[in-house]
Amino acid sequence: MGNARVVGVPAKSRLNAVPATVTDRKVTVYIMGKAHEVPAEATIMGAIEYAGHQIIRGAGCREGYCGACATIYRLPGDYKIRTGLACTTLVVDGMTLAQFPSIPAEKPVYDIEQLQPNVSAIQQTFPSVFRCVACNTCTRSCPQDIQVMDYVQAAKRGDIAAVKDLSFYCVSCGLCMLRCPAEITQPLVAMLAKRLYGRHLRKESAELTERVQAVESGAYDARYAELMSMSKEALSERYFARDIE
Amino acid sequence: MYPEYMAESLRKVAQTRARRLELARKPEPVYPPMDAGLRRAVLEGFHPDFKPDARRPVRVGPNRGETLTTEVAHLLESHSWLRAEHVDLAKPDFETDLLIIGGGGAGCNAALVAMREHGVRSLIATKLRMGDANSMMSEGGMQAAVSRSDSPTHHYLDAIGGGHFENKPELVRALTEDAPKVVQWLEDLGVCWDKEDDGSLHVLHGGGTSRKRMLSCRDHIGAIIMRTLMDEVRNHPDMIEIEGFMPAVELIMDREGRCAGAVLYSLDSGEFFVVKAKATLIATGGFGRLHIRGFDTTNHYGATGDGLVMAYRAGARLMYMDSVQYHPTGAAFPEQIAGFLITEKVRGAGGQPLNKDGELFVFPREPRDIEASAIIRECVQNGGGIETPSGRVGVWLDAPIIDLLHGEGYTAHHFASIHRQFQRYGIDITQLPMLIYPSLHYQNGGIEINERCETNIPGLYVAGEASGGLHGRNRLMGNSVLDYNVFGQRAGRFAGEYVKNVKLAKLTLSHLASFEQELIDAGVQSDLVTPILLPSYAPEDVKKRRLAGGSGGLPGSSVLKNRIYAEASEIAPE
Repeated sequence: MGNARVVGVPAKSRLNAVPATVTDRKVTVYIMGKAHEVPAEATIMGAIEYAGHQIIRGAGCREGYCGACATIYRLPGDYKIRTGLACTTLVVDGMTLAQFPSIPAEKPVYDIEQLQPNVSAIQQTFPSVFRCVACNTCTRSCPQDIQVMDYVQAAKRGDIAAVKDLSFYCVSCGLCMLRCPAEITQPLVAMLAKRLYGRHLRKESAELTERVQAVESGAYDARYAELMSMSKEALSERYFARDIE
Repeated sequence: MYPEYMAESLRKVAQTRARRLELARKPEPVYPPMDAGLRRAVLEGFHPDFKPDARRPVRVGPNRGETLTTEVAHLLESHSWLRAEHVDLAKPDFETDLLIIGGGGAGCNAALVAMREHGVRSLIATKLRMGDANSMMSEGGMQAAVSRSDSPTHHYLDAIGGGHFENKPELVRALTEDAPKVVQWLEDLGVCWDKEDDGSLHVLHGGGTSRKRMLSCRDHIGAIIMRTLMDEVRNHPDMIEIEGFMPAVELIMDREGRCAGAVLYSLDSGEFFVVKAKATLIATGGFGRLHIRGFDTTNHYGATGDGLVMAYRAGARLMYMDSVQYHPTGAAFPEQIAGFLITEKVRGAGGQPLNKDGELFVFPREPRDIEASAIIRECVQNGGGIETPSGRVGVWLDAPIIDLLHGEGYTAHHFASIHRQFQRYGIDITQLPMLIYPSLHYQNGGIEINERCETNIPGLYVAGEASGGLHGRNRLMGNSVLDYNVFGQRAGRFAGEYVKNVKLAKLTLSHLASFEQELIDAGVQSDLVTPILLPSYAPEDVKKRRLAGGSGGLPGSSVLKNRIYAEASEIAPE
């Protein structure tokens, strides 16, 4: 655990040292086996496109939300395999990289209504979770700095709320499950836990229930009818005079 | 890190913070909101839609003669990928009740509702992976009138005022009245809303809201909702078939004028496939990747307006396609994230736009078109902007004030994604403001629908960003997440009902030849082949070398980046 953050988030310390400006400086990176000269401040995705690739698999939202651009790389003189999202990781001179356009994982089919929000759901759907050897490779490979191993341990305990909180920002890039020696499919476990929490463990909102009932009973029909029959001018007057909470 | 020369401006921002914090703690607005006259002036003076060359008449199709956004007019005056005589419609490769084009939020909702309410099977054809959509990227929130101080009709008035009273009223009613139910539906699927200790929903303001009704899932609402919907869709493989990397390129009609499916294109093999469907839903999203007026965009890689083109060739009417939404706060620095979305929730939580002197110049929560125009005015006319090393300009968005208002740790918890995004570049947004400028964000208009998601073509349904009419010419924050849920579900409901009674006649692609003839008759000269499918970001010299061999990669894709914008002057009509 001690060096987890150093290894797991190589990008952060390195990127802080990189001026976030644009120069004409070029570096050499090896994109899926071929050397290319690319702008020194490019993201990996920018570098791949600068090299002329039309990405089909391996780009999605391009802002770090969708997990389409899982990438592994090595740096010169360094034996370590490093991981990152191509859209948010910057290139380094001499970097060798490859994208993972898709990472195989079987999604179990389940009925969220029937599952219990405890360890039984994990046992039924993801028995591989119990193979975890606590090596922490998943956490070290996460580009979102998520404590992946901790949520896998929480899943083993059936602590659904903890899995939800710890995995909240998972983008399902799949790099953890690619590196996992126990072959666990962590992002799918995280997804299930979030759904179990939202469905079964949430606190109910009394005012939401009331509001849905009010709409269904037609409580707003008259006011809608009035607003919908108003001229633009009358609506405008009403709008600019409305009180703001 | 910010470059040294910005230090003086940053110092001023820090200096004025205590005074601005005091303002923020008072019940009155921190800066006077604009009235109708001021709004009109700033829009007409500074909104990119009002530039003289921003719009032009379209020369063909159902909206012929109407003034549209210039790039949209170019997009519509283009050629099909297909030659109808090469497509064998007699032997469909797929047959389904409901074809859903687009695997984003609207498409998933429609598939689930069609299945649950009508037992209808569907096929979702999507360009990239399931969930590769703008739905995945929304950060800040979804509007729904759930608080006791609020009501669906308050929401109605806010939405219609934000849209300058041009929204279709029946659509706004559907949006605002269905909203509370949508919150419940998503919660029952397992969406984890931000909540107060008593279980009530955590609500904030958004631009143009008169009540706090912005629900959230920290700053990951899109990713949470989209993944939940997708997970549920994948729990029904017997009812919902998914075809990924298979964008649609044309709609198929029947001899009696109904929509009867689509032709799909495999990005892997280059094959075309015929899908015969009793009803077809266009849920293809918007057009940010057209880079209108050369703007950066917050949008997904695949947001190239495909649905507009297909529907238009088939005869569907468009509405408000003369209007583009620029999100007030796209990142302007660092360069690597230029154009990225900085959620409006930052301002909902108290964040303030400031000029280079650290002074407020606009009410932070005007409707988006007004706020964006005011920021452009501050930079262009008032000289209040800060230039970046790469020549962009922007104003500050003061985020450190948020923790001062809500307590330490609020930003790290509620804005973790943005916090992390900037930290990668050595900027801690709990200590320093962000530099922002408007970024191309949303297609306000689209294919005209009614409250049943029907178009003027029987059997053709549209939901989500691809549709037009709901938002008028300006959408409010939090109404698009709501839009794709409300209208995605309505599309599933009404299309599901429709397919039970429809018997298709012989299939045809004859509309392609008719449209081609219209182009000739109108004297349109264009080498553009659409839908565009994916933009290209290859450097110019790479594109030029490709031309030696005809084209490389996707048809029509070799010179796509800003193509429509760059060539606007060359192919614009006299």
